[in-house]
Amino acid sequence: MRKQLYNVGAILKGLSITFKFMFAKRPTIEYPSIKKQHAPRFHGLHELRRYADGKERCIGCELCSSACPANAITVIGAENSPENRKSPGERHAARYEIDELRCIFCGMCEEACPTDAIVLTPRFEMSDYRRGALIYSKDRLLVPPEAGVGTAPDERPNGIPADLGRVAEVKSTVDVDEGYNATNRGQVLKVQRKGLAILKRDD
Amino acid sequence: MPDWIIILIKSAILLLVVVTTFAYSMLAERKVLGWMQLRPGPNRVGPWGLMQPAADAAKLILKEDLTPRTADPLIYRLAPFISLLTAFSVYAIIPFGASSAGTWAIGNVNAGILFLLAITSIGVYGITLGGWASGSKYPLLGSVRATAQMISYELGMSLSFIGVLILAGTTSLDGIVNAQAKWWFVVPQFIGFIVYIITAVAETNRVPFDLVEAETELVAGFHTEYSGLRFGLFFIAEYVNMLTVSCIASLLFLGGWNAPFGLDNLHVPGVIWFIIKVGFFMFFYMWLRATLPRFRYDRLMAFGWKFLLPLATLNLVVTAIIVAYMGH
Repeated sequence: MRKQLYNVGAILKGLSITFKFMFAKRPTIEYPSIKKQHAPRFHGLHELRRYADGKERCIGCELCSSACPANAITVIGAENSPENRKSPGERHAARYEIDELRCIFCGMCEEACPTDAIVLTPRFEMSDYRRGALIYSKDRLLVPPEAGVGTAPDERPNGIPADLGRVAEVKSTVDVDEGYNATNRGQVLKVQRKGLAILKRDD
Repeated sequence: MPDWIIILIKSAILLLVVVTTFAYSMLAERKVLGWMQLRPGPNRVGPWGLMQPAADAAKLILKEDLTPRTADPLIYRLAPFISLLTAFSVYAIIPFGASSAGTWAIGNVNAGILFLLAITSIGVYGITLGGWASGSKYPLLGSVRATAQMISYELGMSLSFIGVLILAGTTSLDGIVNAQAKWWFVVPQFIGFIVYIITAVAETNRVPFDLVEAETELVAGFHTEYSGLRFGLFFIAEYVNMLTVSCIASLLFLGGWNAPFGLDNLHVPGVIWFIIKVGFFMFFYMWLRATLPRFRYDRLMAFGWKFLLPLATLNLVVTAIIVAYMGH
Protein backbone atom coordinates (compact mmCIF):
# COMPACT_ATOMS: atom_id res chain seq x y z
CA MET A 1 0.00 0.00 0.00
CA ARG A 2 2.79 2.40 0.89
CA LYS A 3 4.45 1.62 -2.40
CA GLN A 4 1.24 2.42 -4.29
CA LEU A 5 0.91 5.71 -2.47
CA TYR A 6 4.51 6.47 -3.28
CA ASN A 7 3.76 5.82 -6.96
CA VAL A 8 0.80 8.19 -6.92
CA GLY A 9 3.02 10.80 -5.30
CA ALA A 10 5.62 10.26 -8.02
CA ILE A 11 3.03 10.80 -10.76
CA LEU A 12 1.78 13.97 -9.09
CA LYS A 13 5.33 15.24 -8.75
CA GLY A 14 5.96 14.54 -12.42
CA LEU A 15 2.79 16.40 -13.36
CA SER A 16 3.81 19.39 -11.26
CA ILE A 17 7.23 19.49 -12.92
CA THR A 18 5.82 19.47 -16.45
CA PHE A 19 3.28 22.11 -15.44
CA LYS A 20 6.01 24.37 -14.12
CA PHE A 21 8.03 23.90 -17.29
CA MET A 22 5.08 25.10 -19.34
CA PHE A 23 5.70 28.61 -18.05
CA ALA A 24 9.48 28.44 -17.97
CA LYS A 25 11.55 30.60 -20.26
CA ARG A 26 12.25 28.72 -23.47
CA PRO A 27 15.80 28.84 -24.78
CA THR A 28 14.75 28.58 -28.43
CA ILE A 29 16.09 31.25 -30.76
CA GLU A 30 13.78 31.26 -33.77
CA TYR A 31 16.61 31.07 -36.21
CA PRO A 32 15.71 32.38 -39.63
CA SER A 33 14.07 35.50 -38.22
CA ILE A 34 16.30 35.94 -35.18
CA LYS A 35 19.96 35.02 -35.08
CA LYS A 36 22.13 34.03 -32.21
CA GLN A 37 24.83 36.41 -31.21
CA HIS A 38 28.21 34.78 -31.31
CA ALA A 39 31.78 35.47 -30.44
CA PRO A 40 33.51 38.26 -32.36
CA ARG A 41 36.06 35.89 -33.84
CA PHE A 42 33.51 33.37 -35.07
CA HIS A 43 34.92 31.41 -38.01
CA GLY A 44 32.62 31.92 -40.98
CA LEU A 45 32.93 32.87 -44.62
CA HIS A 46 36.32 34.21 -45.71
CA GLU A 47 37.05 37.72 -46.83
CA LEU A 48 40.05 39.26 -48.59
CA ARG A 49 40.86 42.64 -47.12
CA ARG A 50 42.27 45.81 -48.66
CA TYR A 51 44.51 48.61 -47.48
CA ALA A 52 43.07 52.03 -46.83
CA ASP A 53 44.19 53.21 -50.28
CA GLY A 54 42.14 50.47 -51.93
CA LYS A 55 45.06 48.15 -52.77
CA GLU A 56 44.65 44.48 -52.08
CA ARG A 57 46.46 43.14 -49.05
CA CYS A 58 47.02 39.73 -50.64
CA ILE A 59 50.50 39.37 -52.12
CA GLY A 60 49.91 35.97 -53.66
CA CYS A 61 52.44 34.18 -51.42
CA GLU A 62 50.33 31.00 -51.15
CA LEU A 63 51.11 30.57 -47.44
CA CYS A 64 47.38 30.20 -46.73
CA SER A 65 47.13 27.54 -49.37
CA SER A 66 49.96 25.51 -47.87
CA ALA A 67 48.68 26.04 -44.33
CA CYS A 68 45.22 24.80 -45.25
CA PRO A 69 44.68 21.33 -43.77
CA ALA A 70 41.75 20.66 -46.08
CA ASN A 71 43.43 21.80 -49.30
CA ALA A 72 40.56 24.17 -49.89
CA ILE A 73 42.54 27.19 -51.06
CA THR A 74 43.98 27.71 -54.53
CA VAL A 75 46.17 30.77 -55.08
CA ILE A 76 47.84 31.65 -58.37
CA GLY A 77 50.11 34.61 -57.94
CA ALA A 78 51.23 37.09 -60.59
CA GLU A 79 53.72 39.95 -60.79
CA ASN A 80 52.46 43.49 -60.31
CA SER A 81 53.21 45.73 -63.24
CA PRO A 82 54.16 49.36 -62.48
CA GLU A 83 51.20 50.79 -64.42
CA ASN A 84 48.64 48.44 -62.78
CA ARG A 85 49.57 47.85 -59.14
CA LYS A 86 47.04 45.64 -57.42
CA SER A 87 48.92 45.25 -54.15
CA PRO A 88 51.72 47.19 -52.48
CA GLY A 89 54.19 44.31 -52.82
CA GLU A 90 55.79 42.82 -55.92
CA ARG A 91 53.16 40.18 -56.44
CA HIS A 92 49.39 39.86 -56.13
CA ALA A 93 46.90 37.02 -56.39
CA ALA A 94 45.76 36.65 -59.98
CA ARG A 95 43.33 33.96 -58.87
CA TYR A 96 42.24 33.23 -55.36
CA GLU A 97 39.68 30.47 -54.85
CA ILE A 98 38.33 28.84 -51.72
CA ASP A 99 36.21 25.74 -51.92
CA GLU A 100 33.85 26.39 -49.01
CA LEU A 101 32.61 22.81 -49.17
CA ARG A 102 36.10 21.54 -48.34
CA CYS A 103 36.88 24.27 -45.86
CA ILE A 104 36.75 23.20 -42.21
CA PHE A 105 36.77 26.79 -40.93
CA CYS A 106 39.82 26.22 -38.75
CA GLY A 107 41.29 29.65 -39.39
CA MET A 108 44.79 28.43 -40.22
CA CYS A 109 44.81 30.58 -43.37
CA GLU A 110 44.10 33.61 -41.23
CA GLU A 111 47.02 32.74 -38.98
CA ALA A 112 49.38 32.00 -41.83
CA CYS A 113 48.72 35.21 -43.72
CA PRO A 114 51.66 37.60 -43.34
CA THR A 115 49.63 40.65 -44.40
CA ASP A 116 46.33 39.82 -42.62
CA ALA A 117 44.69 39.70 -46.03
CA ILE A 118 42.54 36.60 -45.59
CA VAL A 119 40.22 36.72 -42.58
CA LEU A 120 37.21 34.70 -41.49
CA THR A 121 34.09 36.81 -41.11
CA PRO A 122 31.12 35.94 -38.92
CA ARG A 123 28.97 35.29 -41.99
CA PHE A 124 27.69 31.74 -41.91
CA GLU A 125 24.70 31.62 -44.27
CA MET A 126 26.16 30.39 -47.53
CA SER A 127 24.16 27.29 -48.37
CA ASP A 128 23.31 26.77 -52.00
CA TYR A 129 21.71 24.14 -54.19
CA ARG A 130 24.68 24.08 -56.57
CA ARG A 131 28.06 22.71 -55.60
CA GLY A 132 29.81 25.05 -57.98
CA ALA A 133 28.35 28.08 -56.27
CA LEU A 134 30.29 27.22 -53.14
CA ILE A 135 33.65 27.72 -54.79
CA TYR A 136 34.27 31.33 -53.91
CA SER A 137 36.69 33.21 -56.10
CA LYS A 138 38.06 36.71 -55.79
CA ASP A 139 34.93 38.36 -57.13
CA ARG A 140 33.08 37.31 -53.99
CA LEU A 141 35.93 37.07 -51.49
CA LEU A 142 37.50 40.49 -51.99
CA VAL A 143 35.90 43.33 -50.09
CA PRO A 144 34.40 45.63 -52.72
CA PRO A 145 36.17 49.03 -52.71
CA GLU A 146 32.97 50.88 -51.77
CA ALA A 147 32.51 48.61 -48.71
CA GLY A 148 35.70 49.74 -47.03
CA VAL A 149 38.72 47.65 -46.23
CA GLY A 150 37.26 44.82 -44.16
CA THR A 151 37.79 44.37 -40.46
CA ALA A 152 40.49 42.38 -38.79
CA PRO A 153 38.96 39.70 -36.60
CA ASP A 154 40.51 41.09 -33.46
CA GLU A 155 39.04 44.53 -34.12
CA ARG A 156 35.59 43.24 -34.79
CA PRO A 157 32.78 44.13 -32.38
CA ASN A 158 30.73 41.47 -30.70
CA GLY A 159 27.83 40.14 -32.77
CA ILE A 160 27.00 39.30 -36.35
CA PRO A 161 26.96 41.47 -39.49
CA ALA A 162 23.99 43.79 -39.61
CA ASP A 163 22.88 42.62 -43.04
CA LEU A 164 22.32 39.10 -41.74
CA GLY A 165 19.24 40.20 -39.81
CA ARG A 166 17.86 40.53 -36.31
CA VAL A 167 20.06 39.36 -33.47
CA ALA A 168 18.61 37.60 -30.46
CA GLU A 169 18.46 39.86 -27.45
CA VAL A 170 20.71 37.74 -25.29
CA LYS A 171 23.15 39.34 -22.97
CA SER A 172 26.52 39.34 -24.65
CA THR A 173 28.78 37.17 -22.61
CA VAL A 174 31.97 37.82 -24.50
CA ASP A 175 33.92 40.93 -23.79
CA VAL A 176 36.13 41.47 -26.81
CA ASP A 177 39.35 42.24 -24.99
CA GLU A 178 38.78 39.61 -22.35
CA GLY A 179 38.12 37.12 -25.11
CA TYR A 180 41.51 37.77 -26.62
CA ASN A 181 43.40 37.62 -23.40
CA ALA A 182 41.75 34.34 -22.55
CA THR A 183 43.47 32.32 -25.26
CA ASN A 184 47.05 31.89 -26.25
CA ARG A 185 46.16 32.47 -29.86
CA GLY A 186 44.47 35.70 -28.91
CA GLN A 187 47.61 36.89 -27.18
CA VAL A 188 49.69 36.01 -30.21
CA LEU A 189 47.31 37.85 -32.49
CA LYS A 190 47.48 40.88 -30.24
CA VAL A 191 51.22 40.99 -30.61
CA GLN A 192 50.90 40.52 -34.34
CA ARG A 193 48.42 43.35 -34.48
CA LYS A 194 50.95 45.63 -32.87
CA GLY A 195 53.45 44.55 -35.51
CA LEU A 196 50.94 45.23 -38.25
CA ALA A 197 50.29 48.70 -36.94
CA ILE A 198 53.93 49.50 -37.54
CA LEU A 199 53.67 47.94 -40.98
CA LYS A 200 50.68 50.13 -41.77
CA ARG A 201 52.64 53.24 -40.88
CA ASP A 202 55.33 52.16 -43.30
CA ASP A 203 52.92 52.05 -46.25
CA MET B 1 -39.88 23.63 -39.76
CA PRO B 2 -40.15 19.88 -39.74
CA ASP B 3 -38.07 18.08 -37.15
CA TRP B 4 -35.77 16.35 -39.61
CA ILE B 5 -34.58 19.65 -41.10
CA ILE B 6 -33.73 20.97 -37.63
CA ILE B 7 -31.86 17.79 -36.83
CA LEU B 8 -30.01 17.97 -40.13
CA ILE B 9 -28.96 21.58 -39.47
CA LYS B 10 -27.89 20.70 -35.93
CA SER B 11 -25.87 17.75 -37.19
CA ALA B 12 -24.12 19.90 -39.79
CA ILE B 13 -23.24 22.54 -37.20
CA LEU B 14 -22.07 19.91 -34.74
CA LEU B 15 -19.94 18.19 -37.35
CA LEU B 16 -18.31 21.50 -38.17
CA VAL B 17 -17.73 22.29 -34.50
CA VAL B 18 -16.29 18.87 -33.71
CA VAL B 19 -13.96 18.86 -36.71
CA THR B 20 -12.73 22.37 -35.91
CA THR B 21 -12.24 21.38 -32.30
CA PHE B 22 -10.27 18.37 -33.48
CA ALA B 23 -8.04 20.54 -35.65
CA TYR B 24 -7.31 23.03 -32.91
CA SER B 25 -6.97 20.51 -30.12
CA MET B 26 -4.29 18.89 -32.25
CA LEU B 27 -2.54 22.24 -32.55
CA ALA B 28 -3.08 22.87 -28.83
CA GLU B 29 -1.59 19.51 -28.00
CA ARG B 30 1.53 20.24 -30.02
CA LYS B 31 1.79 23.66 -28.42
CA VAL B 32 1.32 22.37 -24.87
CA LEU B 33 3.74 19.50 -25.46
CA GLY B 34 6.21 21.99 -26.86
CA TRP B 35 5.92 24.35 -23.91
CA MET B 36 6.30 21.53 -21.43
CA GLN B 37 9.44 20.42 -23.26
CA LEU B 38 10.80 23.98 -23.42
CA ARG B 39 10.05 24.33 -27.14
CA PRO B 40 7.83 26.98 -28.74
CA GLY B 41 5.67 24.47 -30.62
CA PRO B 42 4.39 25.05 -34.17
CA ASN B 43 4.47 28.78 -34.91
CA ARG B 44 5.47 29.11 -38.55
CA VAL B 45 2.14 28.79 -40.38
CA GLY B 46 0.07 31.89 -39.75
CA PRO B 47 0.08 33.92 -36.53
CA TRP B 48 0.96 31.67 -33.55
CA GLY B 49 0.79 28.72 -35.93
CA LEU B 50 -2.99 29.01 -36.17
CA MET B 51 -3.02 27.83 -39.78
CA GLN B 52 -1.06 24.69 -38.92
CA PRO B 53 -4.14 22.39 -39.01
CA ALA B 54 -4.90 23.57 -42.56
CA ALA B 55 -1.32 22.87 -43.61
CA ASP B 56 -1.44 19.41 -42.00
CA ALA B 57 -4.72 18.62 -43.72
CA ALA B 58 -3.37 19.71 -47.09
CA LYS B 59 -0.30 17.54 -46.56
CA LEU B 60 -2.33 14.46 -45.62
CA ILE B 61 -4.73 14.88 -48.54
CA LEU B 62 -1.87 15.18 -51.03
CA LYS B 63 -0.06 12.06 -49.79
CA GLU B 64 -0.30 8.79 -51.65
CA ASP B 65 -2.93 6.37 -50.37
CA LEU B 66 -1.07 3.07 -50.16
CA THR B 67 -2.58 -0.38 -49.81
CA PRO B 68 -0.10 -3.16 -49.06
CA ARG B 69 -0.21 -6.16 -51.41
CA THR B 70 -0.86 -8.50 -48.49
CA ALA B 71 -3.77 -6.44 -47.17
CA ASP B 72 -7.42 -7.37 -47.36
CA PRO B 73 -8.44 -4.48 -49.60
CA LEU B 74 -12.08 -4.04 -48.61
CA ILE B 75 -11.64 -4.21 -44.83
CA TYR B 76 -8.38 -2.29 -44.99
CA ARG B 77 -10.17 0.59 -46.67
CA LEU B 78 -13.28 0.31 -44.51
CA ALA B 79 -11.57 0.28 -41.09
CA PRO B 80 -10.78 4.03 -40.80
CA PHE B 81 -14.41 4.82 -41.60
CA ILE B 82 -15.65 2.51 -38.83
CA SER B 83 -13.42 4.36 -36.36
CA LEU B 84 -14.53 7.75 -37.59
CA LEU B 85 -18.22 6.90 -37.81
CA THR B 86 -18.43 5.57 -34.27
CA ALA B 87 -16.37 8.49 -32.98
CA PHE B 88 -18.78 10.99 -34.52
CA SER B 89 -22.07 9.21 -33.88
CA VAL B 90 -21.67 9.58 -30.11
CA TYR B 91 -22.30 13.28 -30.54
CA ALA B 92 -25.89 12.53 -31.55
CA ILE B 93 -26.83 12.27 -27.87
CA ILE B 94 -24.37 14.51 -26.04
CA PRO B 95 -26.17 17.56 -24.63
CA PHE B 96 -24.03 20.70 -24.59
CA GLY B 97 -26.32 22.84 -22.47
CA ALA B 98 -29.50 22.85 -20.44
CA SER B 99 -32.00 21.58 -22.97
CA SER B 100 -35.50 22.23 -21.77
CA ALA B 101 -36.75 21.95 -25.34
CA GLY B 102 -33.90 19.78 -26.59
CA THR B 103 -32.11 22.78 -28.08
CA TRP B 104 -28.55 21.83 -27.13
CA ALA B 105 -28.54 18.21 -28.23
CA ILE B 106 -29.43 16.47 -31.46
CA GLY B 107 -31.31 13.64 -29.81
CA ASN B 108 -32.40 13.30 -26.19
CA VAL B 109 -32.20 9.55 -25.65
CA ASN B 110 -33.50 8.38 -22.30
CA ALA B 111 -31.04 5.46 -22.30
CA GLY B 112 -28.19 7.85 -23.15
CA ILE B 113 -25.40 6.07 -21.32
CA LEU B 114 -26.29 2.68 -22.73
CA PHE B 115 -26.28 4.11 -26.25
CA LEU B 116 -22.94 5.70 -25.52
CA LEU B 117 -21.37 2.48 -24.26
CA ALA B 118 -22.80 0.57 -27.20
CA ILE B 119 -21.39 2.99 -29.76
CA THR B 120 -17.96 3.44 -28.19
CA SER B 121 -17.45 -0.32 -27.97
CA ILE B 122 -17.93 -0.56 -31.74
CA GLY B 123 -15.02 1.87 -32.08
CA VAL B 124 -12.53 -0.87 -31.25
CA TYR B 125 -13.54 -2.66 -34.47
CA GLY B 126 -12.00 0.09 -36.56
CA ILE B 127 -8.63 -0.38 -34.88
CA THR B 128 -8.79 -4.18 -34.71
CA LEU B 129 -9.90 -4.67 -38.29
CA GLY B 130 -7.50 -2.00 -39.56
CA GLY B 131 -4.56 -3.75 -37.94
CA TRP B 132 -5.69 -7.21 -38.95
CA ALA B 133 -6.46 -6.29 -42.56
CA SER B 134 -3.08 -4.61 -43.06
CA GLY B 135 -1.56 -8.06 -43.46
CA SER B 136 1.69 -7.32 -41.67
CA LYS B 137 3.01 -8.15 -38.25
CA TYR B 138 3.26 -4.85 -36.39
CA PRO B 139 -0.28 -3.71 -37.16
CA LEU B 140 -1.54 -7.15 -36.15
CA LEU B 141 0.26 -6.98 -32.80
CA GLY B 142 -1.07 -3.48 -32.32
CA SER B 143 -4.64 -4.48 -33.02
CA VAL B 144 -4.41 -7.54 -30.75
CA ARG B 145 -3.24 -5.26 -27.99
CA ALA B 146 -6.01 -2.81 -28.77
CA THR B 147 -8.66 -5.46 -28.45
CA ALA B 148 -7.31 -6.83 -25.16
CA GLN B 149 -6.78 -3.38 -23.69
CA MET B 150 -10.12 -1.97 -24.69
CA ILE B 151 -12.08 -4.99 -23.44
CA SER B 152 -10.22 -4.92 -20.11
CA TYR B 153 -10.69 -1.22 -19.52
CA GLU B 154 -14.25 -1.06 -20.85
CA LEU B 155 -15.31 -3.09 -17.79
CA GLY B 156 -13.84 -0.67 -15.27
CA MET B 157 -15.33 2.21 -17.23
CA SER B 158 -18.83 0.74 -17.28
CA LEU B 159 -18.67 0.00 -13.56
CA SER B 160 -17.64 3.57 -12.82
CA PHE B 161 -20.69 4.71 -14.83
CA ILE B 162 -23.03 2.55 -12.78
CA GLY B 163 -22.11 4.36 -9.56
CA VAL B 164 -23.26 7.58 -11.20
CA LEU B 165 -26.41 5.92 -12.52
CA ILE B 166 -27.33 4.71 -9.01
CA LEU B 167 -26.93 8.20 -7.61
CA ALA B 168 -28.82 9.91 -10.43
CA GLY B 169 -31.49 7.25 -10.79
CA THR B 170 -31.65 7.74 -14.55
CA THR B 171 -29.68 6.77 -17.64
CA SER B 172 -30.48 9.91 -19.59
CA LEU B 173 -27.55 12.32 -19.78
CA ASP B 174 -29.88 15.27 -19.27
CA GLY B 175 -31.24 13.70 -16.12
CA ILE B 176 -27.77 12.91 -14.79
CA VAL B 177 -26.63 16.50 -15.21
CA ASN B 178 -29.81 17.84 -13.60
CA ALA B 179 -29.24 15.49 -10.65
CA GLN B 180 -25.90 17.25 -10.09
CA ALA B 181 -27.41 20.69 -9.58
CA LYS B 182 -26.50 20.58 -5.87
CA TRP B 183 -23.51 18.25 -5.68
CA TRP B 184 -21.30 17.31 -8.56
CA PHE B 185 -20.86 13.57 -8.67
CA VAL B 186 -17.11 13.98 -8.46
CA VAL B 187 -17.56 14.42 -4.70
CA PRO B 188 -19.64 11.35 -3.77
CA GLN B 189 -18.18 9.30 -6.64
CA PHE B 190 -14.55 10.33 -6.27
CA ILE B 191 -13.25 6.78 -6.68
CA GLY B 192 -15.52 6.30 -9.67
CA PHE B 193 -14.17 9.54 -11.11
CA ILE B 194 -10.56 8.41 -10.74
CA VAL B 195 -11.36 5.02 -12.28
CA TYR B 196 -13.18 6.73 -15.14
CA ILE B 197 -10.31 9.12 -15.88
CA ILE B 198 -7.78 6.30 -16.00
CA THR B 199 -9.93 3.98 -18.10
CA ALA B 200 -10.88 6.83 -20.41
CA VAL B 201 -7.21 7.43 -21.20
CA ALA B 202 -6.81 3.71 -21.86
CA GLU B 203 -9.97 3.55 -23.99
CA THR B 204 -8.71 6.29 -26.27
CA ASN B 205 -5.26 4.66 -26.51
CA ARG B 206 -3.42 7.69 -25.30
CA VAL B 207 -0.19 8.01 -23.34
CA PRO B 208 0.53 6.32 -20.91
CA PHE B 209 -1.72 3.58 -22.30
CA ASP B 210 -0.77 3.95 -25.97
CA LEU B 211 0.46 0.38 -26.34
CA VAL B 212 -1.65 0.09 -29.45
CA GLU B 213 0.74 2.33 -31.33
CA ALA B 214 3.86 1.98 -29.19
CA GLU B 215 6.53 3.45 -31.47
CA THR B 216 9.40 1.82 -29.62
CA GLU B 217 8.06 -1.69 -30.15
CA LEU B 218 5.50 -1.64 -32.96
CA VAL B 219 6.66 1.08 -35.37
CA ALA B 220 3.25 2.77 -35.39
CA GLY B 221 1.02 -0.05 -34.21
CA PHE B 222 -2.28 -0.62 -35.95
CA HIS B 223 -1.83 2.24 -38.43
CA THR B 224 1.69 1.37 -39.55
CA GLU B 225 0.56 0.62 -43.11
CA TYR B 226 -1.88 3.49 -43.40
CA SER B 227 -0.93 6.68 -45.16
CA GLY B 228 -2.49 9.84 -46.44
CA LEU B 229 -6.12 10.57 -45.73
CA ARG B 230 -6.88 7.13 -44.28
CA PHE B 231 -4.25 7.67 -41.62
CA GLY B 232 -5.80 11.11 -41.14
CA LEU B 233 -9.18 9.50 -40.48
CA PHE B 234 -7.71 7.36 -37.69
CA PHE B 235 -6.09 10.47 -36.34
CA ILE B 236 -9.36 12.39 -36.37
CA ALA B 237 -11.10 9.45 -34.69
CA GLU B 238 -8.49 9.41 -31.90
CA TYR B 239 -8.92 13.10 -31.13
CA VAL B 240 -12.69 13.00 -31.45
CA ASN B 241 -12.69 10.10 -29.00
CA MET B 242 -10.58 12.19 -26.63
CA LEU B 243 -13.16 14.93 -26.95
CA THR B 244 -15.96 12.43 -26.36
CA VAL B 245 -14.56 11.04 -23.14
CA SER B 246 -13.83 14.60 -21.97
CA CYS B 247 -17.47 15.49 -22.63
CA ILE B 248 -18.66 12.40 -20.76
CA ALA B 249 -16.37 13.15 -17.82
CA SER B 250 -17.81 16.66 -17.63
CA LEU B 251 -21.39 15.42 -17.93
CA LEU B 252 -21.19 12.54 -15.47
CA PHE B 253 -18.81 13.87 -12.84
CA LEU B 254 -18.33 17.62 -13.16
CA GLY B 255 -21.95 18.68 -13.45
CA GLY B 256 -22.05 19.31 -17.21
CA TRP B 257 -23.32 22.83 -17.83
CA ASN B 258 -23.96 23.61 -14.15
CA ALA B 259 -21.95 26.58 -12.89
CA PRO B 260 -19.21 25.69 -10.41
CA PHE B 261 -18.86 26.97 -6.82
CA GLY B 262 -22.25 28.68 -6.75
CA LEU B 263 -21.38 31.05 -9.58
CA ASP B 264 -24.97 30.79 -10.87
CA ASN B 265 -25.61 34.50 -10.47
CA LEU B 266 -22.96 35.35 -13.09
CA HIS B 267 -25.50 34.28 -15.75
CA VAL B 268 -22.82 32.73 -17.95
CA PRO B 269 -24.50 30.46 -20.51
CA GLY B 270 -24.26 26.82 -19.47
CA VAL B 271 -22.54 25.85 -22.68
CA ILE B 272 -19.55 28.05 -21.73
CA TRP B 273 -19.11 26.18 -18.45
CA PHE B 274 -19.37 22.94 -20.37
CA ILE B 275 -16.67 24.02 -22.83
CA ILE B 276 -14.39 25.09 -19.98
CA LYS B 277 -14.77 21.72 -18.29
CA VAL B 278 -14.18 19.79 -21.50
CA GLY B 279 -11.18 21.99 -22.21
CA PHE B 280 -9.77 21.17 -18.80
CA PHE B 281 -9.95 17.44 -19.53
CA MET B 282 -8.40 17.91 -22.96
CA PHE B 283 -5.56 19.81 -21.34
CA PHE B 284 -5.21 17.05 -18.78
CA TYR B 285 -4.72 14.55 -21.62
CA MET B 286 -1.91 16.62 -23.10
CA TRP B 287 -0.42 17.15 -19.67
CA LEU B 288 -0.34 13.40 -19.08
CA ARG B 289 1.25 12.86 -22.47
CA ALA B 290 4.02 15.30 -21.63
CA THR B 291 4.65 13.65 -18.27
CA LEU B 292 4.21 9.90 -18.20
CA PRO B 293 6.11 7.10 -19.93
CA ARG B 294 4.30 4.15 -21.49
CA PHE B 295 3.07 1.18 -19.44
CA ARG B 296 4.55 -2.26 -19.92
CA TYR B 297 1.97 -4.55 -21.49
CA ASP B 298 1.68 -7.09 -18.64
CA ARG B 299 1.47 -4.29 -16.09
CA LEU B 300 -1.26 -2.64 -18.10
CA MET B 301 -3.31 -5.83 -17.96
CA ALA B 302 -2.57 -6.40 -14.27
CA PHE B 303 -3.48 -2.81 -13.47
CA GLY B 304 -6.76 -3.05 -15.34
CA TRP B 305 -7.92 -6.41 -14.00
CA LYS B 306 -6.37 -6.54 -10.53
CA PHE B 307 -6.67 -2.93 -9.46
CA LEU B 308 -9.17 -0.85 -11.43
CA LEU B 309 -11.86 -3.51 -11.78
CA PRO B 310 -11.93 -4.45 -8.04
CA LEU B 311 -11.77 -0.78 -7.11
CA ALA B 312 -14.69 0.09 -9.38
CA THR B 313 -16.67 -2.89 -8.07
CA LEU B 314 -16.01 -1.88 -4.46
CA ASN B 315 -17.09 1.67 -5.25
CA LEU B 316 -20.24 0.37 -6.89
CA VAL B 317 -21.14 -1.91 -3.95
CA VAL B 318 -20.53 0.81 -1.36
CA THR B 319 -22.56 3.33 -3.36
CA ALA B 320 -25.39 0.84 -3.80
CA ILE B 321 -25.50 0.03 -0.06
CA ILE B 322 -25.46 3.71 0.93
CA VAL B 323 -28.18 4.62 -1.56
CA ALA B 324 -30.28 1.63 -0.51
CA TYR B 325 -30.17 2.63 3.17
CA MET B 326 -30.28 6.40 2.87
CA GLY B 327 -32.18 7.06 -0.34
CA HIS B 328 -30.95 9.51 -2.97
